[in-house]
Amino acid sequence: MDFLSYLINGLGLGSVYAIIALGYTMVYGIAKMLNFAHGDVIMIGAYVAFFALNSFGLPLPVAIILSIAVCTVLGVTVERLAYKPLRQASSLSVLITAIGVSYFLQNAAQLLWSSSTKVFPTIIPNGGISLGGLSISYLTLITIAVCIFVMICLTLFINRTRTGRAMRACSEDKGASTLMGINVNRIISITFAIGSGLAAIAAVLLCATYPSVYPTLGAMPGIKAFTAAVFGGIGSIPGAFLGGLLLGVIEIFAKAYISTQLSDAIVFAVLIIVLLIKPAGLLGRRIREKV
Amino acid sequence: MPEKRLILDVKDLGIDFGGLTAVNDFSMQVYDNEIVGLIGPNGAGKTTVFNMLTKVYQPTRGIILFDGEDTAKKNVVDMNKAGIARTFQNIRLFSQLSVLDNVRTGYHNRSAYSSLTAVLRLPAYYAKEREIDENARELLKIFGLESEAENLASNLPYGAQRRLEIARALATGPKLLLLDEPAAGMNPQETEELMDMIRLVREHFKIAILLIEHDMKLVMGICERITVLNYGMMLAEGTPAEIQADPAVIKAYLGE
Repeated sequence: MDFLSYLINGLGLGSVYAIIALGYTMVYGIAKMLNFAHGDVIMIGAYVAFFALNSFGLPLPVAIILSIAVCTVLGVTVERLAYKPLRQASSLSVLITAIGVSYFLQNAAQLLWSSSTKVFPTIIPNGGISLGGLSISYLTLITIAVCIFVMICLTLFINRTRTGRAMRACSEDKGASTLMGINVNRIISITFAIGSGLAAIAAVLLCATYPSVYPTLGAMPGIKAFTAAVFGGIGSIPGAFLGGLLLGVIEIFAKAYISTQLSDAIVFAVLIIVLLIKPAGLLGRRIREKV
Repeated sequence: MPEKRLILDVKDLGIDFGGLTAVNDFSMQVYDNEIVGLIGPNGAGKTTVFNMLTKVYQPTRGIILFDGEDTAKKNVVDMNKAGIARTFQNIRLFSQLSVLDNVRTGYHNRSAYSSLTAVLRLPAYYAKEREIDENARELLKIFGLESEAENLASNLPYGAQRRLEIARALATGPKLLLLDEPAAGMNPQETEELMDMIRLVREHFKIAILLIEHDMKLVMGICERITVLNYGMMLAEGTPAEIQADPAVIKAYLGE
């Protein structure tokens, strides 16, 4: 019974990682860059939700929509101001810029809202349902449900719409896409918008689980979700989903059966082993370089 | 013979890369529903001309009038919308997309519905997607690819990939189709079929075709006019018969 309940908790945590990892993997797939500021978009989303609920007393759905809207605009703005001018630059320059954006957002948050931790209000009632001897909290159920919903919507969007089709085309060959009349800059903006909107959803779920809001809040979930994206095969959407869930489950199992302190070390050790065996990640494609 | 409409009018086109002049003083005309060849030795600048016509490269000098309009301010996407589509010397299909999706991608700009429509699954979304789907399958049928619609583009045999590239380009609704070495890597029989296909495309879609090709049998067989490029300069222009008899062309190709 313990095993099952750890598994479900792991899937809950993994669902949050998966939603964040989707942002990393989509941006990587299309813009071919690692957006290390993604974790800090989560942080901004958490603050927006916090102020909406606490300071303005807005209802939860409004707070969530507001948080999504702010993160979407933030993501698109960051792309336009910081990354777009570097479209032709080396990937190292873009990477360093992304780290710069990350520090900028963290410090801006510290300046605006101080470094002291704010307590996020309880948004999902405690308690849960019990099946046999197994009890699952409402929070875990909702988190998993949201993750599945997001995944279905995104898959439909990517596979069935013309923008989704254009995204897949751009991720393969931007030059040929432009020559087919696809506005690549617009597609990249849309990708950042979707990724950042998902970050806001993840922020709310994360704060419902760990109810404290502080300027470096996004760093650890960000790096874990990045790990999940690499684990599953960066650039692959099902990969991010699978990688996120597996990472969550491994983390909870490591905490439960081995050591709470060592859990992060174990998670990253598993990543290293997977990458040694499958360098492109679980569902990643190996890119063959033409000689 | 009635006067034909001028589709492409290029005047004194030139481009420099740093200090190197790749193409200079290049002029040519393509009329409606005409097949024109662009030939020349390797490195003569033929693909560079294609890249300027599609605005992948911004020309340093000269004017490109397309369908009577100056294109100086247009970018790659604008040129595609204006009606220029192309294929590539080395195939550049979206290899991880299905054959059908490759062609659907070509319809991108001809199928505008808002993202909101798509998210809300409004009837307009279904209507548009069905229309794209029908048109795309129609195109695949013309190119004998309808049975491959659901396969990945990368799994097609070489000749079929070349045909798919033409189909994808046609999906964007061009008035002028640029083919960059369509017969490269084909055997004589495939080349024969390709010639029939190019003629068919011209008849069926009522468009003009400008092609780069090294296969002289193909060039002389289907082109009505030919322009010869050498070292980035125009060497000759004329009908296949005139080009074949031109001493300057013979010299450029065979040496003295």
